[in-house]
Amino acid sequence: MVALAEAITTPAVGAALDIEHVSHAFDIDGATLPVLHDVSLAIQPGEFVALLGPSGCGKSTLLRLVAGLEKPRAGALREDEVRITGPHPSRVVVFQDPTLFPWRSVWDNVALGLEAQGILKSQRARVDAVLDLVGLSSFRNAYPHQLSGGMAQRVALARALVNDPKILVLDEPLGKLDSLTRIAMQAELVSLWQREGFTTLLVTHDVEEALVLANRVIVLSDRPARIKADIAVQRPYPRHRGDPYLSDLRKQILALLGLEATW
Amino acid sequence: MSTYSVSDTQAAVAPRASLDLAAIRSGSYATGVVASLVWAAFGVSCLYWPDLGDWSRTQSLGIGAFIIAAFVLFGTLAADFLGAAGLALRKRAPWLVAFGAFVTLWEVATAKFAWLPLPFFPPPQAILEVYTDDLPKLLDSVLASIKLQLGGYLIGASVGFLTGVSIGWSQKIGYWVHPVLRFIGPLPATAWLPIAFFTFPSSWSASTFLIALATGFPVTVLTWSGVASVSNAYYDVARTLGAKPSFLVLKVAIPAALPHVFVGLFMGLGSSFAVLVVAEMIGVKAGLGWYLQWAQGWAAYANMYAALIVMSLLCSGAITLLFRTRDRLLVWQKGVVKW
Ligand SMILES: Nc1ncnc2c1ncn2[C@@H]1O[C@H](COP(=O)(O)OP(=O)(O)OP(=O)(O)O)[C@@H](O)[C@H]1O
Ligand SMILES: [Mg+2]
Repeated sequence: MVALAEAITTPAVGAALDIEHVSHAFDIDGATLPVLHDVSLAIQPGEFVALLGPSGCGKSTLLRLVAGLEKPRAGALREDEVRITGPHPSRVVVFQDPTLFPWRSVWDNVALGLEAQGILKSQRARVDAVLDLVGLSSFRNAYPHQLSGGMAQRVALARALVNDPKILVLDEPLGKLDSLTRIAMQAELVSLWQREGFTTLLVTHDVEEALVLANRVIVLSDRPARIKADIAVQRPYPRHRGDPYLSDLRKQILALLGLEATW
Repeated sequence: MSTYSVSDTQAAVAPRASLDLAAIRSGSYATGVVASLVWAAFGVSCLYWPDLGDWSRTQSLGIGAFIIAAFVLFGTLAADFLGAAGLALRKRAPWLVAFGAFVTLWEVATAKFAWLPLPFFPPPQAILEVYTDDLPKLLDSVLASIKLQLGGYLIGASVGFLTGVSIGWSQKIGYWVHPVLRFIGPLPATAWLPIAFFTFPSSWSASTFLIALATGFPVTVLTWSGVASVSNAYYDVARTLGAKPSFLVLKVAIPAALPHVFVGLFMGLGSSFAVLVVAEMIGVKAGLGWYLQWAQGWAAYANMYAALIVMSLLCSGAITLLFRTRDRLLVWQKGVVKW
């Protein structure tokens, strides 16, 4: 981690992200499936925003729009006032699936972004530092099929972090980790975010995770997704899971998700 | 358990020591000794009975058989001190028995008692005679075949690969190439033979073209399907990390398609062998195919068998080479990688 800090010469500053009246739909067998309905969200530079919502409501779709992999049917998305028209390495995504390239070693997978941007030669130390950070230095020469699910997910996280993003987009990146690694990685994520200052947009199924990590929790409705609630989490870090303030919020959010009965 | 610890501690001195204990018990020495005896029997069968025909290499063959028998016996008994070579011999001992029995039977059934009709089934010494006395011509043929095959195959594989990547990547190129491919591709390349031989300036260039054609079709189709079936998720990841189209083609599409490409290269190799032999028989006045044709003209059956054996070794060698290359390049596919 020290090495990473050293390798970073100019700390990235987070970008603002504006989602303005975005609606999106997919065409399936001639029918139109509305997925996002008039979603508006203004995210300040350096904020940590968590998205919660029922499965299949359109969270990943919203992230694809933010990444610039798809264009919204209506509305606009802006990064620092500039309209998003395509992917850019300042907005890096950790997808729900790790999607490592099976023909590349762990090291080469992490180096992918730097290589694609043609700056790998001068930044090799960053790759080593990030691998160290996710605890996979000893697996640098392994191939993806030799990794466990959690390790693969950590490689995917390292592959994103190495690019020094202004906006880090995370689609359930910790979903496949065991609960111990998960808690450790959550702490890493928070300290990394605090130190680097990038804006973070995190999709998660886990209400508790959202509350431990985020400044702001956005609750989405069933498909087509609308914003149901926008909850500020005013608690200093590191946060404690037993915090009564967080438990209150948790009940509130579960109620919004229609799960009152379960707590 | 104890055998393993022995091998661990003495690894540098006698690497196979622990295995040999097991080998003695399982009778691996016995197989080697039997193999040696079988080859000695082959030698006896060569020298004991008089030949029914006029072959000049019977005695050399018999002596050769005894030398092989001696080597096998020595190798079997000294296997512990021969390292990898000893182990390799031990592994092949059953095959040595079978093959030795086969040549003995062959010798007896042809040269000695003519159970098989003679001119059509030459004895082993006749084939040995071809290899010693007709060597220059055979070597020339081998070189000519390799040259023709290599040229045509490399051209066909490169063109097929590039075409496959292009139509897999670009729908526009696919629009134009796909119908042509469907029309021409399934045609056996040999069907072009008559036309090719009078439209091309030389029979050599015509044959190169035909071999390239036979290779190119499967390589194109499989490269194409390989590129087309690459999961979009890989492109999404690369694009969000700042990849340009050239990176997507060279570093995503092609490596992901490589397993398919090798299937195409393998199929192309098979069909190009067929074209090579036919082209050499009909048009080109050189190569193993031509040698076969020539031998048939003189009713030189031993030469035909000799050429067939060489041809089979060459073809199987080419396929082995291709597989080795694949295993090297696609090491990420296998579950046995060590790092
Ligand atoms: N490429 C696509 N083509 C057609 N429909 C799609 C496509 N991608 C997503 N959908 C549909 O859009 C809806 C939302 O999908 P999305 O992946 O955004 O859900 P999600 O909220 O991320 O769910 P989960 O939490 O289970 O990951 C789903 O009903 C899905 O069927
Ligand atoms: Mg999703």
